[in-house]
Amino acid sequence: MATEHIDVRYVAGLARLELSEEECAVFQRQLDAILGHAESLAAFDVTGIEPTSYPAPVYDVMREDVPGESLPREAVLANAPDQAQDQIRVPKVIADA
Amino acid sequence: MSLATSSISSLRKRLQAGEITAVDIIDDLASAVSARDGEIGAYLSYDLEAARAAATSADLSKPLGGIPIALKDNINVLGQPCTCGSRFLSTGYKAPYDAHVTERLRGAGAVLFGRVNLDEFAMGSATENSALKVTRNPHDLSRIPGGSSGGSAAAVAADLAIAALGSDTGGSIRQPASHCGVVGLKPSYGRVSRYGLVAFASSLDQIGPLTKSVEDAALVLQAIAGNDRRDSTCLDVPVPDYSEELNKGVAGLRLGIPKEYFGEGIDPAVRAHVEAAAKRLQAAGAELVDISLPHTEHAVATYYIIAPAEASSNLSRFDGVRYGKRAANPDDLLDLYRRSREDGFGPEVKRRIILGTYVLSSGYYDAYYTRAQKVRTLIRRDFEKAFEQVDAILTPVAPSPARKIGGYADDPLHEYLSDIFTLGPNLAGICAISVPCGTVPSGEGTELPVGLQILAPHLAEAKLLRVAKAAEL
Repeated sequence: MATEHIDVRYVAGLARLELSEEECAVFQRQLDAILGHAESLAAFDVTGIEPTSYPAPVYDVMREDVPGESLPREAVLANAPDQAQDQIRVPKVIADA
Repeated sequence: MSLATSSISSLRKRLQAGEITAVDIIDDLASAVSARDGEIGAYLSYDLEAARAAATSADLSKPLGGIPIALKDNINVLGQPCTCGSRFLSTGYKAPYDAHVTERLRGAGAVLFGRVNLDEFAMGSATENSALKVTRNPHDLSRIPGGSSGGSAAAVAADLAIAALGSDTGGSIRQPASHCGVVGLKPSYGRVSRYGLVAFASSLDQIGPLTKSVEDAALVLQAIAGNDRRDSTCLDVPVPDYSEELNKGVAGLRLGIPKEYFGEGIDPAVRAHVEAAAKRLQAAGAELVDISLPHTEHAVATYYIIAPAEASSNLSRFDGVRYGKRAANPDDLLDLYRRSREDGFGPEVKRRIILGTYVLSSGYYDAYYTRAQKVRTLIRRDFEKAFEQVDAILTPVAPSPARKIGGYADDPLHEYLSDIFTLGPNLAGICAISVPCGTVPSGEGTELPVGLQILAPHLAEAKLLRVAKAAEL
């Protein structure tokens, strides 16, 4: 078993988490231990076994395509951290030309 | 005697007889909370005036008419906070709608009273991962109440609530129920709609009751079970009358004892109590059958790949844009995401998001996630095979009684391994309940509750409750 399973800093970036150096070091040790335990599953021959995504038979549930009620705009905006002109405001997304 | 100590069933009789009013119950609960919740720490918030108003107009002819119910703080109630025990949502978020179970409780006449503590986003087994508050075990204030529904269990155990709802992804109703000496039921996957429950791991999450008796668990389940089009996994199958078979007893039932749940690592006193409970059921006419669930030891690795994978996806919605915490003065949108999430989430949540992102990432997906889903199939088949031989299965809930507060913050793997007995039912989608079966002396003058776990097939809640009723002390 390799001791370093995961590049914590890289994966945290994928998950949009900015970690401190200290957090990175602690998570590195803890996650290596957890992934080390998960290695036990590698011993299984799982050839031909169907994966279980949901434990109950709930495939292809469809409902009729009819418009329902949505939350009123003011109810949604009430929880927004920043708003302007009845919309949620975020920092500029498109760079200047 | 304070009405706060009563069960749902006894309060319902007295309400209907006109001996008490629904407001009397709220008043007694409020007194109990102000007297004792300072040391327990079960409640994150409550709105006494709203509860009194709802109690005043409660329809006592309904099945839960006038009965106050506390909700885990990850279940939405219109206009109330829903912090999920997280700094992310503790800065003024108010739910803009009712969860399905909230609507159902209102429809059944219940009075919603209070929001109770949990591990942040329901991730943990001790309620120590709450970013907002420490909750203590009412039987020993130096110990954890269990988790993640620790506030629900502690409130019911300390008579600060008549009953509560929790959510259970890998044992989060049953384990705190066991540690606090109350009844905790995880319904079958698809039995109860999760619409309005803040999602943790969507192929595992279920909402269920924590109560003072098995009879009460049946009453609350009756109110919340059934189809809802807003949760596509919620099954459109009839809901039986859960109280009807409650007193049928266990004569003639076959109850499985899985050897993998009684081996190494279990506290001998816990094992003795669970075995004694099995013997009592045998004396009541059940037949005990030795069975095997051979993939049990792989439940922890399987769960701690699948649950974090789903969590990493579900929690991507907490980005600081639409609700919750937003970092101040971001450089750009990416900086806003990264710093809002860094500030808003606690360590256990970050750890699981990173783990989940890793096992879903390109190059690791098949090795971890797909493989875990396949082992999940083997675990599910273990239970299917077992239920060909037996009606229900008896096991411990947790390997030991409640530990001290502040035990394992630095060793998450150790904490994860203690979930071994409760993960299987979530992975397999079957129903499960924890019923108090004795107490163990702590050595420090306190008595720590121990729970018996009963497992029954998918949608066999009526049978589960029947066995639980017979096992109740």
